[in-house]
Amino acid sequence: MAVRRLAAEQPKSFSFSKKNEEWAMKQIAKYPEGRQASAVIPLLWQAQKQAGGWLPEAAIRHVADMLGMAHIRVLEVATFYTMFNLEPVGEHFIQVCGTTPCALRGAEDLIKVCKKRIGEQREVSKDGKFSWLEVECLGACVNAPMVQINDDYYEDLTPELLEKLMNDLAAGRKVKVGPQIDRQYSAPSGGLTTLKGEGK
Amino acid sequence: MPKLIVDGKEIEVPAEFTLLQACEQAGAEIPRFCFHERLSIAGNCRMCLVELKGSPKPVASCAWAVRDCRPGPNGEPPVVNTKTPMVKKAREGVMEFLLINHPLDCPICDQGGECDLQDQAMAYGVDKSRYEENKRAVEDKYIGPLVKTIMTRCIHCTRCIRFATEVAGVSELGAIGRGEDMEITTYLEKAMSSELQGNVIDLCPVGALTSKPYAFQARPWELTKTESIDAMDAAGSNIRVDVRGREVQRVMPRLHEDVNEEWISDKSRFIWDGLRTQRLDKPYVRIKGKLIRASWSDAFAAIADKMRSANAKKVGAIIGDLATAEESFALKKLMDQIGSPNIDCRQDGSVLHPKYGRASYLFNATIAGIEEADGMMIIGANPRKEAPVINARIRKRWRAGGFKIGVIGEQADLTYDYAYLGAGPDTLADFTKHKKAQLKKQIWLIGQGALARPDGEAVLSMFAKSVHSVGGIADGWNGFSVLHTAASRVGALDVGAVPGEGGLTAPQMAKSKSLEVLFLLGADEIEVENDAFVVYIGTHGDRGAHRADVILPAAAYTEKSGIFVNTEGRPQLAKRAAFAPGDAREDWAILRALSDVIGHKLPLDSLSQLRQQMFAAHPHLAKLDQIVPADASVLAKLSKLGGEAKKTGFKSPVTDFYLTNPIARASAIMAECSRLAAGKLPQAAE
Repeated sequence: MAVRRLAAEQPKSFSFSKKNEEWAMKQIAKYPEGRQASAVIPLLWQAQKQAGGWLPEAAIRHVADMLGMAHIRVLEVATFYTMFNLEPVGEHFIQVCGTTPCALRGAEDLIKVCKKRIGEQREVSKDGKFSWLEVECLGACVNAPMVQINDDYYEDLTPELLEKLMNDLAAGRKVKVGPQIDRQYSAPSGGLTTLKGEGK
Repeated sequence: MPKLIVDGKEIEVPAEFTLLQACEQAGAEIPRFCFHERLSIAGNCRMCLVELKGSPKPVASCAWAVRDCRPGPNGEPPVVNTKTPMVKKAREGVMEFLLINHPLDCPICDQGGECDLQDQAMAYGVDKSRYEENKRAVEDKYIGPLVKTIMTRCIHCTRCIRFATEVAGVSELGAIGRGEDMEITTYLEKAMSSELQGNVIDLCPVGALTSKPYAFQARPWELTKTESIDAMDAAGSNIRVDVRGREVQRVMPRLHEDVNEEWISDKSRFIWDGLRTQRLDKPYVRIKGKLIRASWSDAFAAIADKMRSANAKKVGAIIGDLATAEESFALKKLMDQIGSPNIDCRQDGSVLHPKYGRASYLFNATIAGIEEADGMMIIGANPRKEAPVINARIRKRWRAGGFKIGVIGEQADLTYDYAYLGAGPDTLADFTKHKKAQLKKQIWLIGQGALARPDGEAVLSMFAKSVHSVGGIADGWNGFSVLHTAASRVGALDVGAVPGEGGLTAPQMAKSKSLEVLFLLGADEIEVENDAFVVYIGTHGDRGAHRADVILPAAAYTEKSGIFVNTEGRPQLAKRAAFAPGDAREDWAILRALSDVIGHKLPLDSLSQLRQQMFAAHPHLAKLDQIVPADASVLAKLSKLGGEAKKTGFKSPVTDFYLTNPIARASAIMAECSRLAAGKLPQAAE
């Protein structure tokens, strides 16, 4: 993890949409009086979703004011957790797992694809469709290598499959979530090897 | 109380003690960076590791309670070792990790010579580094004009964050990022707004937070350290004045549990540059409307000339906010000898008067007593601006819980929650016939904002009535508390420096057309509007000196020895740390010489003689650092004063915390802080 800073260019203001505002109030209501600060992570997460996948400075202030917290306290949370993006991301934000199992199974080749197609880490592609980031283990080692794009996992990737996936996403075609090869969830590839017959 | 064996020595300590405290009690020295007695426990520096028998790993003694220790298999007391090879090795390991990213810039670091890391590295450091990677470098942050940051040196102890949040009560400092990349900063590098922020400099165990004005000024071993008393507010904070050559280089707090604990306000700490500028170092005499430099004898001659023709009853004297008790006593004596009743130490027009009894103008509950109290009513005061150290004590009590606070006066951010009851005397009147409150130890705090007004006596009377009716005075408890703003005030009231029979008060003297000669002893907060012949005895070219006909240069509070009585009535001795510049002399010596010249020679030849005479007249002042409790029975009489109070709301006399006295107004640092607080200074990140 490197030093994370707020983006240089920031929108002037931020406020929750009406729907999100209602949702936020429900989250806050979950906690007893005086403990509203507990809702900081859900609210920041929702703010990040609303702002297009990243957290503007104005959103940090907005959430702090909603919860009656000091601004610096919310900034601490936002900079602590890497799941909060402090800079703008592409429409499809690709997090490439680079930890050992994925690295052994070819994550570096996926990174090469990203570099070729998008550019350096944290850079948004010219069309605004993509940006990427190498992250630590996402916990899908069985199906390594894998990436997370926005909320979904795409597993068992090869450079070709990732490229095709990006083409499909860019064109707005429907894509398959999960393993990209013939595999059900994290079951063995090529079909089941055990528990094939009827149970007795 | 549980027993514990520390380094083979059996001790008994309270169960809520931490192992660190227990070890200290047993005489073992535990190194630490993050732990601090007055802050919450963080347990993140790991320097205080000790060996706890039965625990597979060393434990951080600061975060391990005595009650968490398990007894031995046969019920023996838990065994703690602090000097075993295992402990030493563990601490050496911690130190090695701390030094990985700490720069080796001690030769250019202001903390050098008084650095915890430096000192502890002498005991636990290794002489060479095994680290071959790149060191971490951190961008410096702007956090205000007082605290300089060199963030590469930070070891992430978080003392500064905990101080700002817990003691100062402003959640402005925080740690962004995590792990190695954690950085201490304010939100988007805004300047801190606390009046106590300078204390983070003392708390920082390394050179990450240092004093900006003091940067590269001196090394700690070059400084002559004098233990003294602060005169910036009436709290009487204990300070240490560090001097090199003739100049004060810095002011540091000294520990006094009953007064300032170990904090001082920024005004007390950073005032020192004001001691060098705008100083009066020569006597001046006004000739044809212009102040001309003169010799002492010429200046005295001019005064003697005027005094010869003056009517004794038309001579007046006003004592300023920075005078010591001895000076007030000497000036009072001089005015008695001249035969004038016109002397006053209350240049703000306060109505407090020794004739109502000593209890009527003291903070009777005492500062330490705040911690025993269970409720507080603040009337016409803003303790955050008037005495930040006392405000920190109120906040400390409030944080402990079960402490109700009400405020009548201005609705300001005091760093704690309170019930706002109203703005002025109308609200106070409701309490004069209030039923007794359930609270046992109430503090009724009244500030000069409620007393320094024409209807002050009526307010004081209503206040006394309220304290009695709500139950602020009980057996063994006197909650009647006056918060003063001037360091000189209680001492001057104690020696009776108030108008005698038929005498004029300070505001009257400043306006009265009939006054012929007026002596100002460092009185700069009052505008002299008549054409009296003004003799200004003081330190700075401020309001008093501008109006003066003769200026006699005097010594500032760091340049003289004298007693300051704080708002509780605690006399404390301030010592001379440096000499006054040029021809300036100590105030008592000026008064003594002046008395001779005008033919009313004071019967004293030395400061100790003056002090002996004062002690003889006012024995309680001789009991240094002790509070002689004042007789509370006089307060009942106070409530009978009566009078009609106006409806206007109370206003704190301190509108600008940073510019309350002539020294502060001469200080460039205070001026910058003042502009920043007023929002007039653009905050630029460096």
